[in-house]
Amino acid sequence: MIAVVQFGGSNCDRDAVRALDHVGFDARRVWHEDGLPAETDGIVLPGGFSYGDYLRAGAMAARSSVMAEIRQQVEDGTPVLGVCNGAQIGCEARLTPGAFTTNRSARFQCEHVHLRVENANTPWTHAYEAGEVISLPIAHGEGRFEIAEETLSELNAENRVLFRYCNADGAVTDAANPNGSTDNIAGVIGERDTTAVLMPHPERATFPELAENGTDGRAILEGFAVADP
Amino acid sequence: MTAYTATVTIRPKRGVLDPEAETTQQALSRLGFDVNALRSADRFEIDFDAESSEAATERAEEMAERLLANPTIHDYDVVVTDR
Repeated sequence: MIAVVQFGGSNCDRDAVRALDHVGFDARRVWHEDGLPAETDGIVLPGGFSYGDYLRAGAMAARSSVMAEIRQQVEDGTPVLGVCNGAQIGCEARLTPGAFTTNRSARFQCEHVHLRVENANTPWTHAYEAGEVISLPIAHGEGRFEIAEETLSELNAENRVLFRYCNADGAVTDAANPNGSTDNIAGVIGERDTTAVLMPHPERATFPELAENGTDGRAILEGFAVADP
Repeated sequence: MTAYTATVTIRPKRGVLDPEAETTQQALSRLGFDVNALRSADRFEIDFDAESSEAATERAEEMAERLLANPTIHDYDVVVTDR
């Protein structure tokens, strides 16, 4: 059962459950104060504005009591996917390196972006090839990835960048960088590839009915089956 | 135990873009102010008891490290005063 952890202010939790259900998983919303059910074998930290983005996006949720349980699951190799606010929470909780902060534009941006798959050898990108270009929607005000220079070198050396913002041809350019992220980074993995965070929304690009969004997010969600220990 | 106030100031690290500060500076320019640069910071004033000023400083630094600042993007400083 994939637990979609709901905090006060989460607003993509239902979307995540619907999308995971569509892909064929048993997914449920779990209120953070209730803790993770024993049958949890996957975790989604969904998008939204947990705790009203007080202090910094994700800062409060990252210090909530359920995070100790999530941290243990991360260490055990349970697949954990943080999307948008969930990605901010993941970085704030230091499950993944770096930080997501205010967009270069200082505006909330809701648009479609192209992403280049950087490391295809993870559960989340197994369906793609390195260098392949996919399209997903973004919707965030604080998605600019920042990271200390030495940590960035490690990240690159260890091939832990999942996606980079790019143009339709796969070129990683400044013009294709929607929010000013360092090295156009849109998503990364943690110390184990079973933990991943990304700002774009795979759950919003899963239903064929939402034709405009495409269905490139589906394979990312299917990563839960690939990563299942 | 002595009552202290710790003032913790959190600011973006040098070189880290601060779009909110840039936008604020642009707004000042629109109002006719001639501004060369603008830096913004968050300030927290925290009252608590500690054995000594050193202990109070240490505690406030821990608060900054663990919650108030994100060390990836922020620098912080702590000033402790008796209350």
